[in-house]
Formats: sequence, structure tokens, C-alpha cells
Amino acid sequence: MALLDIIGPVMVGPSSSHTAGAAKLGRLARRAWNGEVNKVDIFLRGSFASTYWGHGTDKALIGGLLGFMPDDERIRDALEIARQRGLEYRFFAESIDGAHPNSVRFVIYKEDKAMELVGASLGGGVIELQEIDGFSISLSGDLAAIITFHRDQPGVVAAVAGVMAEKGLNIATMRLHRQGRGGRAAMVIEIDGELKESTKDEILNSHSALMRVIFIPSPGGDVR
Amino acid sequence: MRSFEEILKLCEVDLEFHEAVVELESRESGKSEDLIYANMSYMLDAMEQSVNSAINADFKGRMMEDEARRFERYIAQRDVPLSGKFIAKASHIALSVSQYNANMGRIVAAPTAGSCGILPGLLFAYRDLYGPSRDMLVKALIVAGGVGEVIQKRATLAGAEGGCQAECGAAAAMGSAALVYLEGGSPEASAHAAVLTIKSLMGLVCDPVAGLVEVPCIKRNGTLVSLASLCADMALAGIRSVIPPDEVIDAMRRVGRALPESLRETSKGGLAATPKGRELEKKIFSEVPPMAEI
Repeated sequence: MALLDIIGPVMVGPSSSHTAGAAKLGRLARRAWNGEVNKVDIFLRGSFASTYWGHGTDKALIGGLLGFMPDDERIRDALEIARQRGLEYRFFAESIDGAHPNSVRFVIYKEDKAMELVGASLGGGVIELQEIDGFSISLSGDLAAIITFHRDQPGVVAAVAGVMAEKGLNIATMRLHRQGRGGRAAMVIEIDGELKESTKDEILNSHSALMRVIFIPSPGGDVR
Repeated sequence: MRSFEEILKLCEVDLEFHEAVVELESRESGKSEDLIYANMSYMLDAMEQSVNSAINADFKGRMMEDEARRFERYIAQRDVPLSGKFIAKASHIALSVSQYNANMGRIVAAPTAGSCGILPGLLFAYRDLYGPSRDMLVKALIVAGGVGEVIQKRATLAGAEGGCQAECGAAAAMGSAALVYLEGGSPEASAHAAVLTIKSLMGLVCDPVAGLVEVPCIKRNGTLVSLASLCADMALAGIRSVIPPDEVIDAMRRVGRALPESLRETSKGGLAATPKGRELEKKIFSEVPPMAEI
């Protein structure tokens, strides 16, 4: 993809990190939530908080949450479109020690459900999802992904990989994160191709240590 | 591709600059050459759309007026502008696309959003005045991409790391090499056009007022098309950089690193720190809607 890093991406201006990256982060949050976002609190950190207005970072984040790609010119009018579609949003500034200078925390609500996500814009439109519900992970969002939350026990990786093999899903990358031996753990698996919702329950039931499974559709795909 | 040397070595065996770039890209990424051409063809279409939209769009700046429109009127009044028809047209397009970017228009980052006017300015002014085939323009875009990649690998394309030489400077170098290709120059001439450009703006600082991609970014897009054009002419005439191309880019990296932080996109130095720059910054921040702090 090297040449496309130089000539491209096609994007709505003015900034690849503060506009295009922000739109991708909003969209990644929507993909992780996997549904229409109706209510969200957005906490801007670092340079996102200090220069959001001049770069349309707020519009880009909301545009992404509405499902717009970074080159969708509707981003310009995203705040107005959000109001028309009934997406309630609030913006706050927060300073967190050690946070990435261009980062953002989303809290998405629906009735008794909520999801918290932290993401960063690394530059040139490249992004990273860094936290889901307080758990540190690392995900680029360039592919479809499965995130499992489980207790750190033997056999979890094999059980999940077994289901994937059965479904013919090819693992592109896989990363394990744990908070300590035998404690809470997360596994982030990026896959080639798309995921079926029914596979989610099969993964969840494949090992007793699994507590929760999140599916993230591919960047081109949207919430089901 | 990590060096001009690598590209020019392939060209010695009877390849053109863009063919060498595509071959190296294909080797490194595993993508087919057809897919690489198709991707660049898509980018040329997107760039053309951005030019068409930008030229017709009104600009509302936070700090500056619609200078693209002003320049367009001036060009229309003159038979031949002092800097020549080609440069004037390229500059008008570059200003327009750059203004469009500042107004959240849809553009192609080439290599970055802040420098997105220069390459379309040069390519589409050339198209309008000299009528090359569309295929030639796609190949010229690949030449530009190859130059950008060498700069990215050996130096940087980020203003925050290397100053404006890495953004508008790189865009001008890329465009200069592309012009040489369009004019039928050799691969070696393309490489030298690129670095003759870099040599003339080495150390250019990144000093955006109030941190916005507006002052001085938009006008730098508009002015650097001229340097790119002249360096293309020099290279076509056979003028060569005494310092080998890769060594120029290596020097660019070292100069970028030597720049103080205040001149690398922090808005702490240069034009951003002038009395007028500070005044504009203060005014802009006073207009920002308040956001709850937690």
C-alpha cells in the first residue's frame, strides 16, 4: 500500500490526523458498538481538545459515528445531520496523564447498555483503538475483528481458533492482552473477510472461560 | 523503494521511472502491477474531481480572503502574466484546492492534506495547456508517488517531524519530477528535478497560525508550483544536482531533525509567533464555542 500512502487518501480536509483520522475513529466506535448510535458523550484529549474546532474534529467524529467514511462530504454538515437523525451528543475536554496527544474517549449509551472506547489518531489518517470498557487493547480497524474478553486460562485461544477454522475464517493477526496471570484477558483477532453474527455465539460457547465477544465489521462494512 | 539509486538502477535496464516504481511496489507489496495502475487511476479521478469542485467553490476563510478567486480574475485580465501562463494556472488551481481543503472539501492528500494543492495544480495546468493523454497523467502521478516514497523512507512527510519542507516541499519535488516525465525527460532528469526543488527550499519551517491549515499553508501551495516548474526546466536542460539525489534527501532529514520544535507544526514560532499571528490566534480562539472541562 506504500504508493497509496503517498498519493492518498481521498479525504475531507483539512487535516489527515484531526479530520480524516477523527472520522475513522468515530466510524470504528460505531462498528464496535454495532448498531445505530443514539446517545454519546465524547471526551477530547490533548491536541484534539485544543484544536478540534479549527479542524472540524467534532464534525468528523460525529460523521464517523453516523457511518460516514473519511471522504464523505456530508461530514461538513454532520452536526446538523446528527440532530435530524436523533443522535444526541455532548463534547467535553479531559486531560489524562499519559494519554496519546490526539486521542478521544467515547461513551455510547442505549437504555441500560453502555460501551466505553478510547482511540487515538496516530498521524496520516492512521488510527488505533486503545481501550474497550477499560481494557487496554490495540486495534487498527483496517480489517474485520473479533475481540474476546475472558479469564486467562489454558485452551481459550485453541477453542476460539477451532471455531474460526471450522468457519473457514482466516486469521490475519492475533494479539493477547492480560491484566495478570489467571486474571482478566482479552484477545484481538483481525480476520480477512466478513463475520456472521451467528458465529459470535459459537465462539462465546467454545470455552467456559469466555465472558464476552465483540465483533467489529470490516471498514467497508457497516453495522448490521 | 528506499532510494533514487534503486529506481534509476532499474531504469538503466530499459525501464521508465514510473515502470521502475510500479515494479518495486509490486515486489514489496505483492500487489499486481494492474492493481497499482488502477489505484493510481482512481486517485487521479478523485484529484480531478477535487480540482473541478474547488475551482467553483466559494472560500470562506477564518483568516484570509478568497485569494484563488482574486488570482483568477487577475489572470483573466492579463494576456500573459509575468510568471507565464503555465505557472499562473498551476498556482490558481493549487490555491483553489488548498482553500477547498481548509473548508472541509474532499481532496486527495498528496502527500498530505496541507500540501494537497501543488500536485493537482501542476498536473491539471499541464493537461489544460498541453493536452497529454490521461494515461500519461496517471504515469506522471506514479512518478510523483515514487519520489514521495523515497522522501518518506529516507526523511519524512510530516510537518511535525521535518517542517514544511517535508509537506509542501515534498509535494513540489514530486510535482517537478512528474513534469519532467510529461515533457519526455529521462528518469535521471526526474530525480534531479525533485532534488533541485528540495535544495531550494531546504529547511522551510512549518508555522501555521493558530494551528490551522490556512496561513501560510494555502499561499505556500500557490507559490511552490513555480519552483517545481523551474526545476523541471533546469533538469530538462541537463542541469544536475552536484550532491547526489539520495544524499540531498538525507540532508533534508537531518535538517528537519535539527529544526527546533517551535518550527515543526507547534505554532510556537515563525509566522505563528508574529504579533499579527498571535492576534489572529487570539481572535480565533475567542470564537470557539465553549466546551465543558472535566
